[in-house]
Formats: sequence, C-alpha cells, structure tokens
Amino acid sequence: MAAWSIYISFIGAGLIAMLPRNRAHLAPWLALLSAFAGFAFALTGAFDPNPGSFHILARHSWIDAMGATYLLGIDGISLTLILLTGLAAICGILFSWNIRERAPEFFALYLALIGSVYGVFLSFDLLLFFVFYELAIVPKYFLIAIYGSTRREYGAMKLALYSFVGSAMVLVGLLAAYAISGGETFDLVKLAQHPFPREFQMWAFPLVFTGFAILAGLWPFHTWAPTGHVAAPTGASMLLAGVIMKLGAYGCLRVAITLFPRGLEPWGFSVIGFGSWQDVFGFLAVTGIVSGAMVALVQRDFKFVIGYSSVSHMGFVLLGLVTLSTIGMRGAILQMFSHGVIAGLLFGVVGRMVYDRTHTRDLDLLSGFRLNQALPFACAIFCLAGFASMGMPGFSGFVAELQVLSGAWHSFPLLTLVSGVGIVIGVAYTLRAMQKAFFTTPPPTPVTQGTHHEMDGAPITLPEKIGAVILITTSLVVGLYPGILLRWIDEGLASPLFDLLRQGGLS
Amino acid sequence: MNAFAILWMVPLFPLLAAGVSALLPRKARKPAAGLAIGAMACSLTLSLMALANALNQAQSSPGTVQTWNFPWFQIGETWVRLGWLLDPLTALMLVMVCFVGLLIFIYSVGYMAHDSNFTRFFCFLSLFAAAMLGLLISNSLLLLFICWELVGLTSYLLIGFWFHKPSAAAAAKKAFITTRIGDMAFLLGIVWLYSATGTLLFYDHGAGCLEAGAIGELLRTVTHPGMTAATAISLLIFLGAVGKSGQFPLHTWLPDAMEGPTPVSALIHAATMVAAGVFLVARVYPLMAAVPDSQAVPVQEVMHASATAPAGEAAHAPSHHAAANAPVVSTALKVVTWTGILTAIMAAGIAIAQNDIKRILAYSTVSQLGFMMMGIGTGGVAVGMFHLITHAFFKALLFMGAGSVIHGCHEEQDIRLMGGLRKFMPVTFLTYAIGMMALSGVPLFFSGFWSKDAILHAAHGWAPSTAPFYLGLLGALLTAFYMTRQVCLVFFGAPRLGTGAQHGHTPEPPHESPAVMVVPLMLLAACALLLGFLGTPAWPWFQGFINGSGSHLDMGELWAAENLRMMGLSALVVLLGVTLGWWYYGRTSPVVGEPDPLLRISPDIYSLLENKGYLDQVYEATVVRGHAAWAAGCAWADIWLWGSLVDATRYATLGLSWCNRLIDEFLVNGLFDRFSEGLRICGGTTSRWQNGRIQFYLRFIGAGFVLLTLVLIWRSRE
Repeated sequence: MAAWSIYISFIGAGLIAMLPRNRAHLAPWLALLSAFAGFAFALTGAFDPNPGSFHILARHSWIDAMGATYLLGIDGISLTLILLTGLAAICGILFSWNIRERAPEFFALYLALIGSVYGVFLSFDLLLFFVFYELAIVPKYFLIAIYGSTRREYGAMKLALYSFVGSAMVLVGLLAAYAISGGETFDLVKLAQHPFPREFQMWAFPLVFTGFAILAGLWPFHTWAPTGHVAAPTGASMLLAGVIMKLGAYGCLRVAITLFPRGLEPWGFSVIGFGSWQDVFGFLAVTGIVSGAMVALVQRDFKFVIGYSSVSHMGFVLLGLVTLSTIGMRGAILQMFSHGVIAGLLFGVVGRMVYDRTHTRDLDLLSGFRLNQALPFACAIFCLAGFASMGMPGFSGFVAELQVLSGAWHSFPLLTLVSGVGIVIGVAYTLRAMQKAFFTTPPPTPVTQGTHHEMDGAPITLPEKIGAVILITTSLVVGLYPGILLRWIDEGLASPLFDLLRQGGLS
Repeated sequence: MNAFAILWMVPLFPLLAAGVSALLPRKARKPAAGLAIGAMACSLTLSLMALANALNQAQSSPGTVQTWNFPWFQIGETWVRLGWLLDPLTALMLVMVCFVGLLIFIYSVGYMAHDSNFTRFFCFLSLFAAAMLGLLISNSLLLLFICWELVGLTSYLLIGFWFHKPSAAAAAKKAFITTRIGDMAFLLGIVWLYSATGTLLFYDHGAGCLEAGAIGELLRTVTHPGMTAATAISLLIFLGAVGKSGQFPLHTWLPDAMEGPTPVSALIHAATMVAAGVFLVARVYPLMAAVPDSQAVPVQEVMHASATAPAGEAAHAPSHHAAANAPVVSTALKVVTWTGILTAIMAAGIAIAQNDIKRILAYSTVSQLGFMMMGIGTGGVAVGMFHLITHAFFKALLFMGAGSVIHGCHEEQDIRLMGGLRKFMPVTFLTYAIGMMALSGVPLFFSGFWSKDAILHAAHGWAPSTAPFYLGLLGALLTAFYMTRQVCLVFFGAPRLGTGAQHGHTPEPPHESPAVMVVPLMLLAACALLLGFLGTPAWPWFQGFINGSGSHLDMGELWAAENLRMMGLSALVVLLGVTLGWWYYGRTSPVVGEPDPLLRISPDIYSLLENKGYLDQVYEATVVRGHAAWAAGCAWADIWLWGSLVDATRYATLGLSWCNRLIDEFLVNGLFDRFSEGLRICGGTTSRWQNGRIQFYLRFIGAGFVLLTLVLIWRSRE
C-alpha cells in the first residue's frame, strides 16, 4: 500500500496541472488532499504486521536486457523517511496557502517533487532509485527559479548544478558496481550481498559517498544549501531542508555504505593523521557542524541563519553514518527525521510567518516591527522550534544528537569534543537570531521614529497555525518517546542488507 | 499510600500547572497564581510524605536507596532506562525546594502584582519548579541532564523576563550560553560514562553506574594523561556543575542574572538552581571520591595507620565528619575543593566593592556555593549539603528582603542611596538582620554558624593540605564584613533615599511591603534560626541521616577540646568582620534626625559630596586598604581578565565565524562561480561556430576532407 504514496502524488500533480483557469483556487485544496492521501498511504506501512523489517512492495520487469526491475520495497529506515516526507508535504502546502500567482503550476511541481522523493525512499533497484533521484531535481529547479526570492536564478542554477555533479559521480560508481558484479542486476538486495573487491570499494566508496553527500550538505560542497534555501519559496525551502537534504544522506547510507562497506577500512598508511575514508568524512562532517554554526552566527539575513544551521545539523547525520556503530547510525537516521521536522518549521516561521508580512529578513530591521507583540504566535513557535533546534531535551533533536555523539565517541573521541563546540555555538546563533528578530525594542532615535513599519495581514492564519502545531508536536512526541521510530530504525538496520557491513565490524 | 511509589507526582503537579497556565489568557491572573501555588502546596505535601518515608527507611535499613526504573527506549537488545530514587539526600532537597518555592511563589503574588505578564511569570515559575524537582528525584544521569537543561532553559526565560531591558536580554543570553559550555562537558562526560559502563542509572541493584562494579571498572581504565577514566569523567561532570553553580571561571553569568525579577533571583539564582551543581557533585560523590585500591592504601600508610589506629580512633571516634578517616583523596575531590575555595574568597572579595544590593547578594551566593563545594570536597556529602540547605533558607530570605527593600524604595537598588530603613520597614529589617547574621555565621543561634563551622572543621582535618582551612577563615571574615557593610548602609544611618542625583523631586518615604510579602520573610527567618540545630556537633542528626549512620544527642561534644577551639576561632573571625564593618560603615554614618546643613541648601551637591567623600573616607582607611585592594584586584580580574577572556573567546569565535563566512562566500562560491563562468565561456565560444552559415560549415568540411586525404596518403606511403 505504501507504494501508492508515490502514485497518488503524481496523480495529484497531473490533476492540478490540468485544472482549468477558472478553477485555479481549487489547486491548494487538491494538493492538500493528495498530500494527505500520500501521508495516509505511507502510514499504512506502520500497520504492517512487522513494520520495521524489509519487505517488497512491488516487483515488475522493466528493462530486461539490463536486468533492471521495477522494484519497490520498504524497511524501517524507508518507513521513517516516507513518514517525514508526508508530514513535510502537508505542512509545506499549508505554509504555501497564500500563493496566488501561477498557483496550479506551483502545486503541481510541488507534488511532482514529493512523488519523486517517495520514489527514492522506496526504490530498491539502483537504476530506479537513480531515475527518481534525478527526477527530483527538475521540479525543484523550477520551484526556485519561478517562485523564489533573493537571487533566485542563481540559487536555482547552483542547486541544479551541484545536484547534477553529485549525480554524475553516483552514476559512475553505480555503473562500475553493475559491471563488476557481472552486469546482471541492479537489485540492491542482491548487490548488497556481492563481495566487491577491496581495491574497487576503496575508490568507489568515496566517489559515491561524496556524490550523495553533496546533497546532504557535506562541507565544503555545502554552499548550494544556504543559497538555495534562501532563494526558494517557503514551501520549497521547507522541503529542501526537510526532505531533499535527506535524499543525499539516505543515498550515502543505502548505496555507498551498504554496497561498499570495505571502503571505510583503514588504508594501511596515514596522511596527516587520516588513516581511512572514515577519518576523512568524519573530519569533514565535524568541520561542517562547527563551520556551519559559526557562519550562522554572523549572518544578517534571518533565512541564511537557518540555512547554515541546516548545514550544521546535517553534519551530525553524516558524522553518525560514518561512525559505523549501530548507535551512531541509528542517531543519524533519527536526526534526519528530527532535522526535517525542526528545520521545516524554522523555515516556515521565517519565510512565511515573518518574511511574507514584513518583507524583510534583515535581522537589524526586523527589530523595528516588535514582532513579539505583533505576531505572538510566530514568536512562541519560533522560540519552541529554536529550543528544539539547539538540542533541548524533550525535543527530538536531543535524543538524535546524543546517540550520534555516543557513537562518535568510540570512533573519533577528539572530533566528538569539537562537535560539542558546534553545539555551544548552535545555542549562540539561535539565541542571537531569536532575540534580534523577536525581542529587541529599538531605541527611539529620530531615524526609527520617522519610519513607520507596516505589516501585511498581521494575524497568523489558520493553515499556518495547523502546520506549525503539527511539526512542533511531532518533534515533541519523538523527543519524549523516541522508541516510536527507533523500533523501526533498529529493525531496518538489522536487515540482511547490512550483512556485509556487519562482517566488516559494525558494532 | 506509599510516598515512594508516587514520588513521580512531585514534579508532575507544577508541570501540569505550567501547562494549564500556558493556555490561560493573559487576563487570568488569579487562576494562574492560584494554580501555581496550589500545585506547589501539593508537591510540598508529597515531599513531606517522602521525607517521612525516608526517615522510616533510615530507621529500618540505613544507607539504602529506594529506586524505581522504567524503560524509555530500546537500543538493539538493551533498553535505555530512566528512573527515580529516594534517599535522604533527595528527600531533604525535595522538602527544601518545595518549601522555599512555595514561599517565593506566594511572595511573587505581591512582588509581581503590577506586571502585565503576571500569568506568563507563574507559568515559567511552575515549569522551573517541575524541572528542578525532576532533577532531584531522577535516578538516571540522562534524566538528570534532561531536567538540568530544562532548568537552565527556564532560568534563561526568567532572567530575560523583562526582555525589553537590553541588559536583561543580554544577561539571559550570557547565562544560557555560559552554562551551556559547562553542560557540553557534562554531556561528553555522560557519553563517556555510558560507553564505558553501559548504563546511566545511578543505582540498579548492583548494576548502576555509581555502584561498586561500574566504579571498579572505571578505576581500572587508564586514559591519556595517566588519569583513570573515573577521574576524567568526574572532572567532565564537575565542569557541568561549575557552569550551573557559578564556580570560577564560569561564574560571570550569575551576577548579571540579577537582571531578572527578584523572586527569580531568590528562587533560582540563590536557593535552588545554582545549588543544583552542588547537588550533582553530591549525587555522583561515589564516583568523584573513588580511588584505585592500590593508591588508596599505600604500604607505609597501612603500617602507619595500624600502628596509630587504636590511639587515633580513641581520639577521633566521636568526631562527626568522615574526611579524617580517608587518608587518600581522589584527584576529582581535590579539584572540587580548590575550585570551591578559590571561588569562595574571590567572590567574597568582590562583594565588598559592590553597591547594588542584589549584586552584593549575587557575589555572596557565588562565594557560598564555593564554600559548599569545598565542604563536599573536604568533608563529604553531608557537610556540603548541610550548608546548601541552611544557605537556601537564609539566602532566599536575604533576596526576598532585598526585594522588599527595592519594592519599598521605589525600585532603588543602590545601597549608598538607602540608609535608615529600619524605621520605615521594621519587619523587613528584623528578618533581614537575621538572614545577615545567619550568612555571616554569628555564633550559636544562627544556622549559618553551624553549617559553616562544619565546613571549616572538615577543611581543618583535610589530609592533602590545610590551606583551604585558612583561606576558608579569610572567606568567613570577608563575608561578615560585607554583610555588615550592607546592613549598615541600608538600614542604619540617615535616610538618603531620593537624595541621589537622579531623583530631583522629593520622593515618597519608603514603605513596608504588604503582608503577602512579609509573612514569607518571617517564616524563612524562623527557618534560618532553627535549622542550624539539626547539625550541631552535639546532635549531628543531619549528617547521620545523610550518611545513614544514625546519631544521638551528646551535649558533651560541644565541650570537646577540638570542637570548642574550632567554634571559638570561627566566632572570633566573625566578630572581627562584623566589628570592622560596623567601624567603617555603621559608626560614622550621619545621625538620623539631624540633616546635614548642606542638605538644606543644596541637596544635589550634598549627596554628591556625601557619597564621594564617604567612599574616599572608607577606602583611605588603613585597615580596609588591604580589603579594598584585594576587592579591587578581584573585581579587576573579574572584569578584565575573566571577563575579557570571555569577550576574547566571543570575538575570536565571531572572527573565525566571519572568516568561515568569507571562505564560503568568496573561496567556495567564487571557485564554483568561476568554474561555471568558464564553462559558459567555453559554451559561448563553441556555440559561435554553430552560426548556421552553410559556407562556414562547408569550409570546415573542406578543410577536414583535405586533412583526411593527406593523412590517408601519408599512411598508404608507409
């Protein structure tokens, strides 16, 4: 049933695209309906008798000559991420409710993007996986280029180029793996059992991992993320931060680490302290955590603060993945979910609640609006989301980052200390942005007295409130009872797909 | 009903109150306050039941801890478990927090009566109480950390409660970030502890991380610079306590935190939250105090001990503190002690040079927290905790008294502008004086005397060094001095309110505070008087209860030579401090009823001269010069050295952040843009060849054809 979340999204996209002009106002409702249906179908995965373990949803022949099949499957990891996708889709649409100009196209592209994302998370055939992965790039380019703001063409082009470069690297790795395994199948489950030669894994792993990690914001290939997030319209930046960056991390786990686990083994020699690709990527991940947090600390643009915070938080995902410990990888997957929810909410508050009303994102100018009085709901929600983002216990981020740190402690004690610094800076930039945007009263100088700040549509609308409450509640529920997701994630990690990894010493 | 089984309801009541009052409309002032106070009263009742339960337990099986653990979430095969526990430490802290909290809640109704965000205030206060009580009962380091963070969060919210004041907003941010630095170390300590022992439960029927098995394991593991894992983890956890309890060098946030409303300062930044660090050290004391077996009993030590054991036991057996029996002190406890005593005298020195009534108390809190740390380091849990409990009462009393003074003086906080208030605010004066004498440690009838005496006693017998003892005496002297100065300036002498430069108009006279504020003061004053008798050398009930060793009344103890000497010495020191304070501040103060003639001519010039001359006179005095230099030195170090260290870190971080931003924007993006631009130019060049002119294409085809022919000819020749 979960496979239907893909189809229903594409069907919704098609229907909306075909809406007659005089029925354009139905577009958001239709989109919301499809997103709900998609989420409901995704949720059916949770009611299987054994929801966490791997099972096949659909298998049809596709390109027989190459051995590619239309193979959809689901396991605990996929289930977690499609639930995230469903939530992000619903809330993104709720936060896009005010789009009037070319609305049907917007929602059609939006649903097409959602459909492709579902597709990526559910494909277990590498070629199919790659097709969905590429398919996701197209709508997001148009979403940013047409509906975006600040430097939107630049942002959209940059995002597309980075994505395509990453895809090219992935494709080379995938084709090589296909050829070396005998050129018979793209079936991930079969390939995952194939013992690739160690020398091959040694170069294929970094290639494919980097290719995917570009989309997960790996430092120093991360600058597309803030630029793209800032340029994107609110709904799209919620999806970009919430789900698209997870595609990259998911690829790292599902393809790079699953197929080429020996690529993480020690090289046998060391170059300036790095003895394996594990060290290299661990270092880059921690650099991303600290550097992303630092850059966020000195931004004037409110949305850039959140954009760079995403780079920092995604660093925890990558760090957790390369720890090669069950607890670290579990933390990484939980962090994917948690960051998707929290960053989505932060972008929603900044982009929709604040920017659409004040038409500025400059933190110094925002103080003139006295937002804590003008928009008390936005202020309260941003505070909650900010505390969640800085890893306050009770919210999902804490449990996730705690597990990543516990996992990292074994593999890289020193880097773990450094990432602690990143967390402290995380507190600093969140509080700085929060106080500057919401709690600063400007001194009554002649300059500010003259300018009277006007605001459009001051009270927060109902769709925004519903979306915000859904997201913050999700973060709280997962934070208080993480077992709800961890149960599935654990079973996902215990599946035979990771047999080779376990033989290689996954602890 | 078994109080232990429903112990989890103690934090639940305030949590529910916070949740409900968060949903109340802003105008629902009475329901919000009523909810918060009612919840606190319920918690207090439960805490008292828990204390009774713990007392029974101590009677039937002393030294045991009741625990209840439950699974939170699963990691592979193992469950991460949380739990709650009840032991004398928790029971006493629960009662203290609930009682002080309840009084401060009631007091807040009066203090915050005119605030427009009254409802929000009580919501935050209840949330704080819930987190603090949760911290006390948790049987898991993880749960403790969760509550610890929530406590810090509510502290942030409450310091910044008046966020429209830029100083309050800045103080809130500073407090949160500074304590978070300590918390990061704490978190790493937790992660390390978990990876080393596989559990974060304190007590788990032999499998907890504070029980013999786990600690033995940690002692066997030696890490990088030759210290055991137990020491390293203890130090990391202690760093968390340093941040939260305002110990040197992370203490700078605490005085700034006085920007919050006074009830907040009393509850959070004097009585409860800042003491959480001390409580944490007490909670993980088994880990902190652990020493490897080989080190614990060196050979000559054994011989020495066995040779002198009978005589030594005979002489020291009645002594009620435990430190004298432990010859080797763990590194962690040494660090705790030295940090504590350093903080204690440094902050006491600074307190002398302050003029803001709340800042004096804030530095005094820092100093007293240092004493508590030293108490735990030298004398064990009971000594430190005794001072923690007595301090909570008299410091809450002092802060609330200060709030009453500020309230009565129309938001004036500068003690140089007060004076003579004992006439206007008799109840406040009386209770404040009791608090002051308790804090200074005036002998026999005040609780501070007994608890401070216990610390000094323990420090005297501390094996590694006697320096903390002498430094502790110095700290006691400074404490008595600055408290006397404060009381003299505020309550004695001529009323100077409204004579400051900023008050040109004739002000209303100061007034006594309403009953809702004064009654809690009286109750706390009673506690400040009586609590000391729970832990005198004659009847060390408190120590016996905490240590699980039992106690009995023995008046003869008071007359034991060593105890008498110690009590005499500390009494002497206190009297010296009080006398000096009175000599310089009380004696020379203007007499009431005889206004200076200059006042009638020009009040502004008078007050200017008066205040300036007053200070000069004081700091010129020879005996005080030493004090002043010391105080100024400490204040200088605080502002320039430690403050600038913090600032330097801040600017370094910001500078580095800017570098990172520039690297991102110019190097990374620049390379990307240049590369893209290059591609575009290449494309442009090649596209120019596709110009659609057939002649151009034919020319190329022709040239290619010629070239091909030439190549073919060349090849056929070979």
